[in-house]
Amino acid sequence: MGALKQYIDLAREHRSTLDGNAPAALNEGRERALAFLDEARRLPDGSDEGYEKTSVEEMFKPDFGVNVNRVNIPVNVARSFRCDVPNITTLLAVVVNDRFVATSTLQGNLPEGVRVCSLRDVPREELEGYLGRSAGGYDAAMALNSLLLQDGVFIGVDKGVKLHKPVQIVNIFSGGVPLLAPRRVIVAAGEGAEVSILKCDHTQTPGVKFASSEIVEIFAGEDARVEWCDLEESTPDTVRWCQLRCCQQRGSRVNICGATLTNGVTRNEYLIEVEGDGCETLLSGMAIGSGRQHIDNSSFICHSADHGHSDQLFKYVLDENASGAFEGLIEVAHGARHNEAYQSNRNLLASGGARMHTRPQLLIYNDDVKCSHGATTGQLDEAALFYMRSRGIPVDEARKMLMQAFMVDVVSKINLETLRDRLRYLLELRFAGGCGDVSCQGCHENMFNDA
Amino acid sequence: MSDEILLEVKDLRAKVEDKEILKGINLTIRPGEVHAIMGPNGSGKSTLSSVLAGNPSFTVTGGEATFHGVDLLALSPEDRSHEGLFLSFQYPVEIPGVSMVNFMRAAVNAKRKYFDEPPMSASDFLKMMRQKRAVVDLDNKLASRSVNEGFSGGEKKRNEIFQMAVLEPRLAILDETDSGLDIDALRVVAGGVNKLKTDRNATIVITHYQRLLDYIKPDYVHILYKGRIVRTGGPELALELEERGYDWIKAEEENKTGEA
Repeated sequence: MGALKQYIDLAREHRSTLDGNAPAALNEGRERALAFLDEARRLPDGSDEGYEKTSVEEMFKPDFGVNVNRVNIPVNVARSFRCDVPNITTLLAVVVNDRFVATSTLQGNLPEGVRVCSLRDVPREELEGYLGRSAGGYDAAMALNSLLLQDGVFIGVDKGVKLHKPVQIVNIFSGGVPLLAPRRVIVAAGEGAEVSILKCDHTQTPGVKFASSEIVEIFAGEDARVEWCDLEESTPDTVRWCQLRCCQQRGSRVNICGATLTNGVTRNEYLIEVEGDGCETLLSGMAIGSGRQHIDNSSFICHSADHGHSDQLFKYVLDENASGAFEGLIEVAHGARHNEAYQSNRNLLASGGARMHTRPQLLIYNDDVKCSHGATTGQLDEAALFYMRSRGIPVDEARKMLMQAFMVDVVSKINLETLRDRLRYLLELRFAGGCGDVSCQGCHENMFNDA
Repeated sequence: MSDEILLEVKDLRAKVEDKEILKGINLTIRPGEVHAIMGPNGSGKSTLSSVLAGNPSFTVTGGEATFHGVDLLALSPEDRSHEGLFLSFQYPVEIPGVSMVNFMRAAVNAKRKYFDEPPMSASDFLKMMRQKRAVVDLDNKLASRSVNEGFSGGEKKRNEIFQMAVLEPRLAILDETDSGLDIDALRVVAGGVNKLKTDRNATIVITHYQRLLDYIKPDYVHILYKGRIVRTGGPELALELEERGYDWIKAEEENKTGEA
């Protein structure tokens, strides 16, 4: 039996429960999803273009359950804050598996014109205006998510409102049995609005298999500024298929950064449509792999307007038997003038067992552009390593320092200083072996020892 | 000067890839001494410093090196550093993304750990950095930058001597420290080395030219040629080389092999 069939069967069998526990706008998407997936018959695998190195079909093969009945799975929310860095005050939303949980930070702290709430609390018509209407066409990722989706996070910032505090979404996997969580985030930034969002994925129960099917839809209105930072610190038993879709209106600036610190198998897809003139798009990613971690990032930026500037930087550090893949595509459409689009993928293989596959691509349909793309994969600099050792720094520590240093320019892409500091700190922990799969408890202790 | 021996090198041989570069080096260094090693290009000067510091690109094929009673060649590069060996690189390596402060903190605390001492407190560490920077007049701004990244030639060499000041080695090897330096920078760097000199430590100055030896006065001058030390003398030997060049050494050595 293929992986997909179990989810199609589950959706058919429990359709009334699914619908009964979800807002109407989400239920409307299920028929189309069923029709699409019935025809597809399987999720993308290695025989599909763009999925050569990561079979989603394999990722979703285990018998994951879906919490259609909305059983309240207990979670120790406080525990996930142990990974938090002091002195960062955020507006916090927690998603336990696929259930939105508001925290007290949201009560009375949201300025006028800002909403951070469950998709259930968004008026039906408004929600329908967003669902599936960001960048990109209808595909398997969208279909699987839409088939099972019952809840999600809505972040709305009205025209002209500048939100200074970052919004934080903490996704937590918890429970005793293998579970699939369909997750959706909608970010709607109105004209001239500004918002920074930090999302982090945690898995609280080690040894239990979890899968996320996540869609993030970002709407950047005219002259809006949106910063999105996504950190994954999950376990070797967690698989994640996360698709971020973003459409940009005239003069908008988005800065998207994804970081995989610890995980099992991760497939991230970025689809960005630059629809308005004069937009700026920064897309960066970092992946740190050890053990048997697998990280696959795929990006597609389409410039269909004039005077756009996009810059992509993806860096991987892979140790032990970790593997990585990157596929990036820039398209400059017919008639889109004066665009600048750059893409760079740089990788460091720290062991003989690590593997990296990279495929940068450009599709340019006119002459009036400045574009570049490039990829390099190398090893730790032996000269630097010896230099450090000659000063007394033990070889293991020197290696970690060099791996961490390799990521510095990705961190520097983040605008918000508090987020940069946080990521720098988490990187340090990651290379010290104190985060993610080692358990949050480790972070907690390290944090207070350092303070 | 004393009878105590700091470094004793006996018949040291080493190769890189398949090429033998050091063909039996003998050298004895006592605390308080300054030794200059001179020689034409390709004679093995830098190889000798790399081998003593433990660069894994070179393979020791024979001989021994004893450092205050310890078998130096058996130690990892980091342990050689802890035991008091310091190499000032001819070409200091740039390490983007690693700040000078973190680099030095890691080095200092690794050494303390080696001797079972607790890590230095942040305030003590910063105080020490300030003091040591003064030895070579190193700009405070460089300390917050990445290791050697974007440093000028002179700044890189000052940075080497600054690190030497921090680590307080028992034996410092200065590999072509004068290369790429203008006369003012040379004076500052040499001045730093002289400030760090005591009767307990020793220095090996590897250089091409006599010029540096005007500032760092050697007790002994050795001439390295084709992987062997072929002459040892006092400071006057360096002056003779400056006057006559290396050709007479080459000619004499070729004659010897011819006769043999």
